[in-house]
Amino acid sequence: MPQQLLLGDEALALGALDAGLSGCYAYPGTPSTEIMEFLQNSPEAATAGVHREWSANEKTAMEEALGMSYAGKRAMVCMKHVGMNVCGDGFVNAAVTGSNGGLIVVAADDPSMHSSQNEQDSRYYAQFAMIPCLEPSSQQEAYQAPRLAFELSERLQTPVLIRLTTRLSHSRADIVRGEERTPQNDRHDPENPRRFVLLPGIAKQNYARLCDKQADFIQASEDSSLNQLIPGRDNAIGIVTTGIAYNYLMEAFGGDCPYPILKLAQYPLPQRQLRKLLDDCDEIYVIEEGMPFVETQLRSPLNDPSIHGRLSGDLPRTGELNPRLVAQMFHLPLPELPDASALVRNRPPRLCDGCPHISTYQALTEALKDFDDHRVFGDIGCYTLGALPPFSAISTCVDMGASITMAKGAADAGVTTPVAVIGDSTFTHSGMTGLLDAIWEKAPITVVILDNGTTGMTGGQTSIGAGRLEDICAGLGADPDHIHVITPLPNQHAKNVETFKAELAFRGLSVIIARRECIQTLRRKK
Amino acid sequence: MKNDIVLAGVGGQGILTIAAIIARAAMQAGLHAKQSEVHGMSQRGGSVEAHLRLSSNPIHSDLIAPGTADVILAVEPMEALRQLACLAPDGAVLANANPVRNIPDYPDTNAILDQLKRRPKAVVLDAEGIATATAGSARAMNMVMLGAVSAFLDLPPELLQNAVADMFARKGQKVVDSNLAAFAAGRDAALQK
Repeated sequence: MPQQLLLGDEALALGALDAGLSGCYAYPGTPSTEIMEFLQNSPEAATAGVHREWSANEKTAMEEALGMSYAGKRAMVCMKHVGMNVCGDGFVNAAVTGSNGGLIVVAADDPSMHSSQNEQDSRYYAQFAMIPCLEPSSQQEAYQAPRLAFELSERLQTPVLIRLTTRLSHSRADIVRGEERTPQNDRHDPENPRRFVLLPGIAKQNYARLCDKQADFIQASEDSSLNQLIPGRDNAIGIVTTGIAYNYLMEAFGGDCPYPILKLAQYPLPQRQLRKLLDDCDEIYVIEEGMPFVETQLRSPLNDPSIHGRLSGDLPRTGELNPRLVAQMFHLPLPELPDASALVRNRPPRLCDGCPHISTYQALTEALKDFDDHRVFGDIGCYTLGALPPFSAISTCVDMGASITMAKGAADAGVTTPVAVIGDSTFTHSGMTGLLDAIWEKAPITVVILDNGTTGMTGGQTSIGAGRLEDICAGLGADPDHIHVITPLPNQHAKNVETFKAELAFRGLSVIIARRECIQTLRRKK
Repeated sequence: MKNDIVLAGVGGQGILTIAAIIARAAMQAGLHAKQSEVHGMSQRGGSVEAHLRLSSNPIHSDLIAPGTADVILAVEPMEALRQLACLAPDGAVLANANPVRNIPDYPDTNAILDQLKRRPKAVVLDAEGIATATAGSARAMNMVMLGAVSAFLDLPPELLQNAVADMFARKGQKVVDSNLAAFAAGRDAALQK
């Protein structure tokens, strides 16, 4: 087969397709978005009839994938790391039901927070739910991982988490595709139909079985082709790498590392190989992208000083790794770096010229001048850039949907004019339930929904409620007299300011939908 | 052989198009390639960078270690300056001279160009000017810069030209020809410096 240059995300998607995938479920989020996009653009996936539509959020996606697994087929659900928080309920309980058809959960972590609000490490989720986790170290392993994960999932009746990180998700490499595609599973029911009914009596049995499976998961890690104990010629130091950290180590040593290496890409930790490394070597260096997950397990609880990593200060506690940081860990000679030029200025991202959000913020900011005690609660999307000059228009940005609920909480605390600013896709992801709270309590908040018809920040994916948000809000119980649709254009400015002013003054709940298509998706259509 | 290239620019200028063409040519040459990209919010008019590594041997790291890059290819001058710490002491910096002034405190362009030209190997081009003169459109700036970087790569230029032709084939022969003209002018300009 010819070689292909694929992103880690794309390699994983292709690997899943070749491993008999029947359905992919996801909500867009950097750096995971390209997994689903690859399948949506794949003629082979279309021919194979693979499900590949976006879901409303990560929780609905997780449960849809679990339903497909229940019905016997191989399913995959993909998200960025913070999506794991959204789907946590379904995820943890899917570990208790176990899988029927193979079930893969893909979490793409974003150390250094290139496009995220935190650095959480999804390996902790796998450990918490007590399920296996794969962490591919290359695009080729990202291609292989779904096949291994589906087999593991079906053999041990467990969901399997695959953890990617930004540099693997968003880096291309030449990969070699396998010769054959595994056919999709036939529909089949679980052998024990009660296994998916988590009534306490059944859940207790399932949970005991999950605890029993831990030994099998460790055995699977010890037998895995992804975990390799590579001998060295100097046992003074033993090195543990996880995922792509191995590549940085090899780069730092020019491909010839003198020390034994335990190259990890499957959890739980393989005890046999780890025991050998710890027995053979005096000092252990742990190199892992993200949080000190392995290092903590090796150091705790007595902070063993022979374990080196992010906690010991040998590597920075936060942020992405790179070959230079790893070389510094081993005191290898390094080129001196010049000081940064004083001429270089920070160039943050900004709203595109012609973006509808610009007009909305201009009108909102002007209207708010009449209201002294106002606070604007923001949300997750391009419009978060409204926090930066020249707008400086929003006070908060925390998590998907938090604009409406935080505005309501602030109203409860006595803030006179709380405003929520949220995008169409974020609203249907996690804003609707919060709006229901606010409607029920007649909270005096103004909810501004920026309806640009797409999930803009991640590149323009389907937004499943766009264009009918006024119906959704009215259906939830918002007063139609206080639901307005405005057109955020410079020539509508005066009119829009008046609409904002009237509803900001209203002592009840109002919804203003600012509707105009994203300039990027509009441009692409031309 | 090994070519480690740091590409830099402003979101929307199209550095990934340049990277994709070089990577395609490298595949044709039977080389290994790794290309680390920037996606997400940073695409919106902010600083962007991509790392492209070509080698006859398997490549370990997706990222180029600071202080080891062979070439910086910047389609904007201040973004070239931002990446200088990536460059090996004998590395080449190749920059478009035309600034994107989308921030209020953009520094003096001549001061930036002076700092770039102080590097032992520096090529600073009016890429839009060359593109307009040869391809009839400033938008072919990317192809000028691609042609210029070809002078620093261990890749046969024909493979890059083929990749350019492939990429624009569906837009017709005229578009292919004008982009190839921009490529040739960029390559000549770099070879003369």
